[in-house]
Amino acid sequence: MGKVLAWVDDRFPLTKMMREHLTEYYAPKNFNFWYYFGSLALLVLVLQIVTGIFLTMHYQPSAEQAFASVEYIMRDVEWGWLIRYMHSTGASMFFVVVYLHMFRALLYGSYKKPRELIWIFGVLILLVLMGEAFMGYLLPWGQMSYWGAQVIISLFSTIPWIGPELAQWIRGDYVISGATLNRFFALHVIAMPLILLGLVVAHILALHEVGSNNPDGVDIKKHKDENGKPKDGIRFHPYYTVKDLVGVAVFFIVFFTIVFYMPTMGGYFIEPPNFKPADPLSTPAHIAPVWYFTPFYSILRSVPSLYGSAFPGVIAMGLSIVLLFFLPWLDRTDNNPVKSTRYRSIWHKLLLASFVVALFVLGWLGTQPVTDLNQILGQTFTIVYFGFFLGIYLVSRFEKTKPVPERVTH
Amino acid sequence: MASDEMDPTRRRFLTGATTVVGGAGLLAGIVPFVNSMSVSARAQAAGAPVEVDIGRLEPGQRVTYEWRGKPVWVVRRTERMMETLEEIEPELADPESAKSEQPPYCQNTARAREESREVLVMVGVCTHLGCSPTYYPDPGGELGSDWLGGFFCPCHGSKYDISGRVYDGQPAPTNMPVPPHMYPSENILLIGEDERG
Repeated sequence: MGKVLAWVDDRFPLTKMMREHLTEYYAPKNFNFWYYFGSLALLVLVLQIVTGIFLTMHYQPSAEQAFASVEYIMRDVEWGWLIRYMHSTGASMFFVVVYLHMFRALLYGSYKKPRELIWIFGVLILLVLMGEAFMGYLLPWGQMSYWGAQVIISLFSTIPWIGPELAQWIRGDYVISGATLNRFFALHVIAMPLILLGLVVAHILALHEVGSNNPDGVDIKKHKDENGKPKDGIRFHPYYTVKDLVGVAVFFIVFFTIVFYMPTMGGYFIEPPNFKPADPLSTPAHIAPVWYFTPFYSILRSVPSLYGSAFPGVIAMGLSIVLLFFLPWLDRTDNNPVKSTRYRSIWHKLLLASFVVALFVLGWLGTQPVTDLNQILGQTFTIVYFGFFLGIYLVSRFEKTKPVPERVTH
Repeated sequence: MASDEMDPTRRRFLTGATTVVGGAGLLAGIVPFVNSMSVSARAQAAGAPVEVDIGRLEPGQRVTYEWRGKPVWVVRRTERMMETLEEIEPELADPESAKSEQPPYCQNTARAREESREVLVMVGVCTHLGCSPTYYPDPGGELGSDWLGGFFCPCHGSKYDISGRVYDGQPAPTNMPVPPHMYPSENILLIGEDERG
């Protein structure tokens, strides 16, 4: 065994890579609950790829057969129901763990200098994930697949001048049709996953270059022992691999409870109209996107049309994501190097809380029909959402921070 | 002649020329891939005009035909409906249909051709985000006592009058589009084509 390994190591940096990224990657020893979600996101990615490959073996990407082939997977393919529900539940759980993972970054300032690129790769991963999920949702060719895609692709047609042609180019037809389904299938199973994997590698490489942040937001590389190892660091493997295994076990309990007992999650993971085949001539009474898009969808709906164009709402929705890219600079590091909310002012905590509340309210509103009251609520919380970015700019300038400890605490 | 000295000017020129030619080739190479995603010839052919017989269309009745994969509504409006068209104008966002999409011969209150003003031919797609609105021909009802009849989009709540003109302050920015159409004979309607072709 040792000989084989030596033979490989002479030709490929296997042991070197294992050391660099696992056995001798030193992570801060004070990781808490919030640090499970990175490895869980990786787990869900693997689950989605594996279940996706097996679904592709039975699914037919054509307008005539897509819906029936999904029913075929559910009823006639051995264990097909399990693989399909794992994939559909996996899509929603992907967003659950990614959103929690991002919230961790907000809590402990993990996006701040020197980790700006890790954060940017992460937001890119979120964007690709949204595209991947949106295209995947069209594939079952149900009513909500069809009309959801209709609404989202129409967003592009609101762009001045080139909009209508652009939307037609995306659809490959005057309306959503088999041509659209086919290309979404190609993008969903090949293009997007490839980009996603590349970004995940870049995200992890960038993380291992600068080292992990921690709940105290202190730099563990400042205090090293005589061997040059951080005093507050422990080897990722075996310590955090074993810790993460506990997270995996708990995650699987939740995951399979959903898969086995509530795969549609009361209409939030798979919406009821999607059990009807797509009908281009009749719109379902109430169209709502899947839950992970609803906060952004609410922002879209809250902005009224201006000068005969629905484009302002689209800009607001785009901005709600694009602003995330600028967070490392909106939260001014040079002025205020304190990372963790533990050592920041009450204003920072209130801002974070209002951001979370805004996301929940907007998320809920996005599943509801439009009424006058909902419209006012939506507009109010859209302002709260954007207020977070303005607030963090001001708070990072003026807040009074607490002293940050030299070493990590427990 | 041969020398070990490197001539940086020649090297820079060669690097530049290779980059420019290679870049142009790459751009040209993208064209087929981008264009392959446009509407195919078969899909374009499927967008041909649709001929329908409206002889048996009752007043107040709406039928839906498919043209270019979109729902096209044909409504023979009642006299009561036609009377609401003027009265409702103060509440509309674009009563003259100035910002909306229709052939010039349909830019009037009825948004229909002069020879059959009561027949509305319209692409039944909301101008907000492309849902298909629901037909609510009768006044009052669940849309409120001041509702005069028209269309209501269930997706985001846009209201339209019986000519497909959007009410003021709705998510939808403009009136629903009227497709080009003509009547080759009294009861035959051709959707998707007019005298101009």
